[in-house]
Formats: sequence, C-alpha cells, structure tokens
Amino acid sequence: MRKGQCVERKVKISVQNLSVFFGQHQALRSLTMNVPANRILGIIGPASSGKTTFLRTLNRMNDLDPESRAEGRVLLDGADIYHPSQSAVQLRKRVGMVFALPMPLPMSIYDNVVYGPRLSGIRNRAALDVIVERTLTAAFLWDEVKDRLNMLALRLSGGQQQRLCLARTLAMEPEVVLLDEPCSGLDPISTARIEDALTVLKERYTIILVTNNTKQASRIADETAFFLMGELVELGETSQIFTVPCDQRTSDYVTGRFG
Amino acid sequence: MRIPPKITQALAVILLGAATLITVITLVLIIAFVLKRGVPEISWEFLSTKPREMGKAGGILPTLLGTVLLPLLAILIALPMGVGTAVYLTEYTRENRVTRIIRFGTDCLAGIPSIIFGLFGYIFFVTILGMGWSMISGGLTLAIMILPTIIRTSEEAIRSVPQAYREVSCSLAATSWETVYKVVLPNALPGIMTGVVLGIGRSIGETAAVIFTAGSSLMMPSSLNDSVRTMSVHFYLLAREGISDEKAYATAAVLVFAVLLVNLAAYWMMNRFIAKRSR
Amino acid sequence: MQNSPNIPVQPNCPDRRRTQNAVVIWCRDKLARYIFLAVAFSATASLLLIALFILKEGVPFIIKVGLKSFLLSSEWNPAAEKFGIYPMIIASLWVTLGAMLIGAPLGVAGAIFLTQFVPRSIMRIIKPMIELLAGIPSVVYGFMGVMVLAPFIRNYLGGPGLSLLAGSIILGVMVLPTVISISTDAINAVPKTYLEGALALGATRWQSVHMVILKAARSGIIASIILAMGRAVGETMAVIMVAGNAVRIPHSALDPVRTLTANIALEMGYATGLHRQALFATGVVLFVVVMILNSLAIAAMKRKTGN
Ligand SMILES: Nc1ncnc2c1ncn2[C@@H]1O[C@H](COP(=O)(O)OP(=O)(O)O)[C@@H](O)[C@H]1O
Ligand SMILES: [Mg+2]
Repeated sequence: MRKGQCVERKVKISVQNLSVFFGQHQALRSLTMNVPANRILGIIGPASSGKTTFLRTLNRMNDLDPESRAEGRVLLDGADIYHPSQSAVQLRKRVGMVFALPMPLPMSIYDNVVYGPRLSGIRNRAALDVIVERTLTAAFLWDEVKDRLNMLALRLSGGQQQRLCLARTLAMEPEVVLLDEPCSGLDPISTARIEDALTVLKERYTIILVTNNTKQASRIADETAFFLMGELVELGETSQIFTVPCDQRTSDYVTGRFG
Repeated sequence: MRIPPKITQALAVILLGAATLITVITLVLIIAFVLKRGVPEISWEFLSTKPREMGKAGGILPTLLGTVLLPLLAILIALPMGVGTAVYLTEYTRENRVTRIIRFGTDCLAGIPSIIFGLFGYIFFVTILGMGWSMISGGLTLAIMILPTIIRTSEEAIRSVPQAYREVSCSLAATSWETVYKVVLPNALPGIMTGVVLGIGRSIGETAAVIFTAGSSLMMPSSLNDSVRTMSVHFYLLAREGISDEKAYATAAVLVFAVLLVNLAAYWMMNRFIAKRSR
Repeated sequence: MQNSPNIPVQPNCPDRRRTQNAVVIWCRDKLARYIFLAVAFSATASLLLIALFILKEGVPFIIKVGLKSFLLSSEWNPAAEKFGIYPMIIASLWVTLGAMLIGAPLGVAGAIFLTQFVPRSIMRIIKPMIELLAGIPSVVYGFMGVMVLAPFIRNYLGGPGLSLLAGSIILGVMVLPTVISISTDAINAVPKTYLEGALALGATRWQSVHMVILKAARSGIIASIILAMGRAVGETMAVIMVAGNAVRIPHSALDPVRTLTANIALEMGYATGLHRQALFATGVVLFVVVMILNSLAIAAMKRKTGN
C-alpha cells in the first residue's frame, strides 16, 4: 500500500452537472460526483439506469452515436474532456474500457494485446513482447496462454477472452479503466480471477466497475455509487452504502427488496 | 361458375412449374449447345497461336491476353474507388442528402447500357483526352461500368462486419481511419473479393463498351497505349461478319468457360464469406 | 523472456510518445476522411460526366435539326444528311415490349415457383445457376439467336428469320435472370408470418401466394421488370446480331428491325461530322429513356423497403 491513502484522496475525475441525451430521451440526469484516484469505484443499479451510458461518457464512446449529446462538465485531472480542444482519441488512450461481453478482435492473442500499442507507434518487437507479457500477467492470463500467443483469440474460453480484453486495455497504459459488467457472462472462478486482478490493478489505475452483482461491488469496490433511472442516488464508502445507506431506495436495492 | 380452389392450386403449380422448367432448360440448353459445338474445335494450338486471315484460321492468343489484361486494369482502377465509396457510406457518414445522392448516382450508373459507356469512352477517353483506341481507354471505361457492382458488394461486405469490432477498436484509441484499415477492411475482404470477381466476369463478357474504346487490334499489346481485342469482341466480329463459324463456336466456348469459371469463383467466395460470418 | 514479476513495472514515460504521435495520427485521420469523401463521388461524378458528354455531342445536333423531325421523321440516310430515328424508336419499343411479354411472365412465374413450391434445397441450386447464366456474354446469346432461332423462324414462320420476333425472344431470355433474381429476393423478403397467417385461415398455397405474397412483394417484382426493361432497351450486340437491322417501321413481328442501340453501334465505326453527332443524339434519346426507367425502378425499390 502506498502512503497517504487515508486523508485527502486525489480526485481523478470530476463530474459536474452531467446530463446525457439520446435524441429526446434523457439517459443521465444532472450527475455530480468525484471519482478518487487509485481506488475501485463500484457502480450498481437496475437495468437501464444509465450505468453504461455514464461509462461511455467518460471515454467519449457516446460520440459514436450521432444522436447522443452531453451537457455539463467532465474533468479528467482538472481538464474538461468535452472541451473542443480535447481529442477523443487521445482521451481514450488515458481512459480504457472493457465491455460487458468479451469481444476479442478476430486476430491472434498477441495481436489483440498489442493493438493499442501498435496504434501509438510502438513497432519494436521486443518492446511489444514486454507489453504482452506484462499485461497478460497483470490480467492473470499469462500462464494459461503464454505457449499459444499466436492462436486466434476467439478460440479462448469466455473467461479467458474477458481477461484478454482487460489485458488489451491495460496495454494502452491508461490512467483510468472502465469496466462495464465485465463478469456478467462468466463463471464464478473466472469472475474471481478478474476480481483478484482488479484489486491489484487499483495500485496503478483508477478503476470504475459497473456491476449488476451487488455482492461483487461489496467485495472489491472501495466506494460505491447507486444509479437509478439516470440519477445518482447515493455515493459513499462501500461499507457505508451496504450497511447504513442514507437513501431508502439504496437500502431497498442493496437488500434486494427493489422491484 | 366458381372453380374449386384445389383445382386452381393444381393448375397454378403446373403452369408455374412449366414456366420455370422452360426458363431453366432454355438457359442450360444455350450453354450446352455452345459447348457442344465449340469444345471440339478447341485445341492447344487454338489457344496458343495468333489468328491468321482476320481470325479465319489460327488461334486466339492475343485476344486471350486482352481478356486477361483489360478486366484486370479495370479492376485496378475501380477497386479503390468502389471500396472507398463503400467505406465512406458505411463508416464516415449517416444517411443524409449526400449519401442519397451518392446512392442514386450509383444505382443509375448501374442501369446505363453498355453502348452508352462505349459512346462516352469513345468521345471522352479516346478523343478528347487523346488516349486513342487503347487498353487504358478501355480499362477506364470498363472501370466506370463495373464501379456500381464493386460499390454494392463492398458496402454489403463492410456492413456485415460486426459493429462490436468497431466499438472495441475505437475504445482502444483507434481513429476512424485506423479502425477501417486494421479491422473493417480485413474482415470485409472476402466479400469485397466477391465484387471484384463479379466485376471481372462482367468485363470479360462486355463487347459494346470495349469495341469503341479499346479497339480491335489483333496485335499483341505491349503497352497501355496499344489497342487490344478481347475474346468477346473477337467473337462478335467472327460471328457478325461471318468469318468462320467454327472459330466463332470455339471462341464462344472459351468465353463461356471463362465467364462461368469466374462467376463460380464469385459464388463460392460469397458462400464461404456468408458461412464464415454466420459462425 | 524470463519469469515475469507479478506487479507490473512502471512504463517508460508514455506521455511524450503520445503527444509526438497525436498530430500525425490526427492528420492521417482527417486526410483519410477527405479522400473517402472525394472518392465517394466517383460514381456520381462518372454519371454526370457521361451525361455531360453525351448531351454535349448530341444536343446541338437535335437543336439544329429540330427535335420533332429527329424523333418523328422516318428517313435515315446519312449520305443525304437525313436523320430521322422514328423507325428505330418504334423498333426499340416493340423489341422491348416483346422481350417483356416473354421475360416478365416466365421470370415472375419462375420466381414464385422457386420460392413457394419447391423445396429450399432445390431452390438453393437453381437460383445460383440462373444467376451464373446472367453472366453469359450477350454476344453469346446473340450468336445462338443467329445459329438456332433465326433459321427456325425462317423455316417455320417465314420471313428472313432475323427479325423483331427473334430479337424479342433473345432479349426475353436474356432478362430472365434479372427478373428471377430480383423477384425472388422481393418475395423472400415478405415475412413468413404473412403466408402462415393466410394458410391458417384455410387458403390453399396458391391462394395465399396470390392474395398475400404477391401483394406484399409487388413493388419488388415491378422493380425487377422495370430494370429488365432498361436492360432490354439498352442491349446492343445481341440485338444487332438477331434483329436484322433494316431501317424501316415493322409491319409484322417477322420483319427485320433496327433498334436505337443497333443504330449507334452499327455506324459508330465510320461516322464523322454531322453523322456522328446524329448517333450521339440517338444516344441522348436512349440515355433519357434509360434514366427514366432507372428512376422508376429505384422508386419502386424504395417503396418496397419503405413498407
Ligand atoms: N445509443 C443509445 N441510443 C438511445 N438510447 C440509449 C442508447 N444507449 C442507452 N440508451 C438508453 O439510455 C438508458 C440507459 O441505458 P444504459 O446506460 O445502457 O443503462 P444500464 O447500463 O444501466 O443498463 C436506457 O433507457 C437506454 O434505452
Ligand atoms: Mg449496461
């Protein structure tokens, strides 16, 4: 553990009055929150509460949908990511994302991992080898695939694929890692491995983990946010959210009484 | 008097079946007839020597060369334009007025008769640009003619690349161009190749657009500025001017073989592409 | 590589590399976008170029001679500078009509039969076969017309053999693949539930097809026929070979005729001056007709997808 974790935490991302619209439909309603650096922020909430939308706002993936529109401010290390001078592509190098479904690109394991680094201009084979080993190790996958790095990634099991996706994201050396229900399709053992990886990784990264599994949030998240119908209902230390939530709706949800 | 539905049903099936049979038999018979009369006339000598007396005797070697070179040239020109158009339509824009104009233009171009392409190629490439009757004039004209085919097949192939691949690539900080070139095009390649092969097939069979642009020289071409005669043109001249029925049949058989082979290749590729996609 | 440490090591200063590359990457992306945009207009630009040059060569002639005398005069005698294309217009009209009379019913019937009354496995063989045949060069069809069809007509029906009838039949056969292929797609695009609904109400298969499917697929079928018409009007080499090419207004189906396309292709080789302009003017007429047919077909297709 590093020093200075107790008192004033550095704020990595600061969200101010963020609203997101898809055409007429408002998916996020005036969100304000701070995401602390080097911790795992868990986001829980029922389906369609805007969790995915929130993540995709943080790395501007919503830009791909021409119908989408964001209002308010999102500051990454104090700089507004939606400011016209900011490049979405450069932002995505700093804010990586792992999707709900494992989605390897149709190429080898090796090529999947070095996809990002190659785009940033790393051509040196030795350097790429180092990146592959380091990130696959960090994703707890290295031992299982080190002998078959040239195999088509689609032939891995679902759990392995998802860890590969995590490694692929880490290979870009991001500062923030967004994970959108990364374990929703996985068995408990694969889930445990990913959770182990995340707890180690928060040393170096700021992690935002959307999960449909409240147990998972209570296990590994340092702080937890509860989303409901596009609103941030409550954000606090995980222990507090799960034991003494301030809001009745949070209480209902975490105790499973929610409709 | 009302005819009972059972009987109309039977009648309809018989009539429709007969119509289908007529169609299929006619089409098959045409091929069978050409091959039956033509194949016995084909020999190695026929394929490997130059024609003599305007094609009355000898072989078809220069026209074989023309039939290979001209479609290849056309593809080389049309492929970047066609794939580029498809990429723009699928990756860089939404449906709007611009795409509607592009689509309308493409659809209309697809319906233009080949004689119009011939006229245009003749006046524009041959005359105004001063390229004369040459491979390059013919290649450019054919390229425009097959452009719609390439655009359509490429667009279909590109659209069938899963959207998730694009999202992943984008999330890994790829620009649109990098996504196109590293993920979209490699995965669409088999489908694009189908269009390429279809375009080649169409070029091989084309006569009207070629005869007025590439000319009908029986010399072996040695540069892009030389006139060439393709097999289709050669066959047309043999048949139309009654030079030699035997040679015409033989040329027709080779031509039909070539076109069937190319189209079969396209079909095979398309099926493999679909099979791969649905896996 | 040796055994790796469990905790990832600090990367070597990524930020400098990022900023170095950022501009290059951004420029490349922008450049690609503009290139693609420019290229995307290649087909449309070609179409405009074609229209421009055909019109540029043909329209001055039409203005000079007068549209009415060009279209409605029956005398075509380039040596005497008489340029009336009325017989060719009539010939194109009849040949196309005849081709449609043969190609449309056979093609649509084939499409219905193949989609509705034949097991999928057989359809999977026959449809590609028909599409393969679409690739057979038109000159081959024309040659068949000369060698087989024309003698047959001459011997059994009379006349010179090379005739309006022969042209219509050959064109009718040539457009079959187009009609079948597009109609089949249109019929296949009708949701299965429509047919099942009708069958559940006790209709026979033919009744359901006739009442439900044909109604739902109508636009697509019409589009296929219009496209085939465009093909038939524009077909050149096959028609030259079988239709006889005589410049006169046909009085029976057994008369030889010369279509607009044949007129262009036959004389283009040696025409100069006013004569060549007249051929381009013929091209203008053809171009306009085909563009109208194209637009109609595209509109029909749109209605299909619109529903
Ligand atoms: N691309 C989009 N276009 C239109 N509506 C969207 C889009 N993405 C999400 N939404 C809408 O936004 C709301 C929030 O969705 P989402 O963020 O996916 O919720 P969650 O991830 O919590 O299940 C939903 O009502 C959804 O229908
Ligand atoms: Mg979600």
